[in-house]
Amino acid sequence: MRETFTKGMARNIYYGGSVFFFLVLLGLTVDTVRSLPKTDNSQNLTEEVAAGKRLWEINNCIGCHTLLGEGAYFAPELGNVYTRYGENTEAIKIFIKSRPKDGIPGRRSMPQFNFTEEELEQIAQFLKYADGIKTARNWPPNIQG
Amino acid sequence: MKYQSQSIAKLYFIAAIGLFVGQILFGVILGLQYVMGDFLFPEIPFNVARMVHTNLLIVWLLFGFMGSAYYLVPEEAERELYAPWLAKLMFWIFLVAGALTILGYLLVPYATLAEITMNDLLPTMGREFLEQPTITKIGIVIVALSFLFNIGMTILSGRKTVINLVMLTGMTGLAVFFLFSFYNPDNLVLDKYFWWFVVHLWVEGVWELIMASILAYVLIKITGVDREVIEKWLYIIIAMALITGLIGTGHHFFWIGTPGYWQWLGSVFSALEPIPFFMMTLFAFNVVNKRRRDHPNKAATLWALGTAVMAFLGAGVWGFLHTLAPVNYYTHGTQITAAHGHMAFYGAYVMVVLTMISYSMPIMRGQKAGNDRAQIVEMWSFWLMTVSMVFITLFLTGAGILQVYLQRYSEDPMTFMVTQDKIEVFYWMREVAGLVFLAGLGAYITSFFVKGEEVKIA
Repeated sequence: MRETFTKGMARNIYYGGSVFFFLVLLGLTVDTVRSLPKTDNSQNLTEEVAAGKRLWEINNCIGCHTLLGEGAYFAPELGNVYTRYGENTEAIKIFIKSRPKDGIPGRRSMPQFNFTEEELEQIAQFLKYADGIKTARNWPPNIQG
Repeated sequence: MKYQSQSIAKLYFIAAIGLFVGQILFGVILGLQYVMGDFLFPEIPFNVARMVHTNLLIVWLLFGFMGSAYYLVPEEAERELYAPWLAKLMFWIFLVAGALTILGYLLVPYATLAEITMNDLLPTMGREFLEQPTITKIGIVIVALSFLFNIGMTILSGRKTVINLVMLTGMTGLAVFFLFSFYNPDNLVLDKYFWWFVVHLWVEGVWELIMASILAYVLIKITGVDREVIEKWLYIIIAMALITGLIGTGHHFFWIGTPGYWQWLGSVFSALEPIPFFMMTLFAFNVVNKRRRDHPNKAATLWALGTAVMAFLGAGVWGFLHTLAPVNYYTHGTQITAAHGHMAFYGAYVMVVLTMISYSMPIMRGQKAGNDRAQIVEMWSFWLMTVSMVFITLFLTGAGILQVYLQRYSEDPMTFMVTQDKIEVFYWMREVAGLVFLAGLGAYITSFFVKGEEVKIA
């Protein structure tokens, strides 16, 4: 770099630039949080859904699945599983319930979590709620996730 | 080594390398589970192995960063570390907490771990990369604050170089943004939005400051190039990192229920994120070409150039590949993401820590550089690990492109699991590349024990 571009100028770009864009990020964050109710399906965020989210977390579902594309890539996307299963929470519950304890020889298999009926309902309701979030361009691209 | 307290770094580096080995062993297990789905099932299911793989990575990189800081901060500040005893104490606390957490993942079901650690009091578990029990997270905060206090006091009462201030800023940012891991709202969109304040603002934000300051320090030492020149580069690199990376966070806000303007902002700013990495490459080669001395540690020079190139490829090029919203619409959450993640973490953060270890470890062991034979083994390990990581990335990219086509793009989309079967051959090749990486890691560790003629400190 030429002498005309001094260390002082580089320093000012660093301080000025990072403070400015940090403030922009803060501003956009405020705007995003304010406009979320239009898309985030919070009108359907019931106690049951919240309990389902906790079960989702403490069983580390994200360690295999993606949810709205985030997570691990070992098992199917679940942000639209409610739609994929014909908008039927019972079908989701039956799938989770029927996983063999010792897996399937040679293949990937979801563990058997031994959930109670109440817990199964909570998880299914959580997945239904997640499916109701309005994502841009209605992501994922198709029903397969 | 000018100051006795710098040698604390050795402890941190040994732990880092040990955990690195664990991380790679679990990586190989995961790779095998991709093709042999029932491998170790149900004893170590995929989600547990993955959690161990990613959490070990984070913990050993943190050990590496802290070790690097403990080595370079006293020398830059021209004084002993403020409280060496505190650095040692925190080392053991962090190591024990980390080990207990990993054992917890492996020995009891995750839900049981949540119960034992009273996750209900402040639920923070079960989100990607932030799987640690809440009590471990609190431990991380305590360790980070003690660390900041220690290097902060050292810097404040010593010489304030640009490298030290950038390191301190980066580490402060790391600690501050980690606090978002305690915020876990029931609203999934909010949860996801602020989760990125830890994950993105770490790896595409403040970690770049830490990386750049480590790289600048090592380059000053091995090339003898004027500090003024290096500091100017350092400022402009981190300026570009934050100018592009802060709003670049928006490339994670395309499909999670957040407003549409993020499609534009995220695409444009994150498309500029390769710039700081490209500048790092220019910087490293420029400075090495203008070197005023030939440092006997050839291996450290190789790592320094390697990290600059690989960070640009992994974080820059492979990031750009799928960062524009119209592309990301198809690639989001596929093996493309995995490909990028592997090379970016290896190129930027693994390699920069190994650069620092390569430079400082011989000095802490009383030599100026490793002996010739040891350096040759170390350079072999560099090529084995780096080339195999390139292949891991290429194979995962191949898998990802096919996955996108079969599952999302073609006229008649296949289900996820059918698609996975179709692309199995790529996973097999990735696993082979993973085994080569493991061999490279074996060579790396061997290099510390190869005997030869010592290179004395002048």
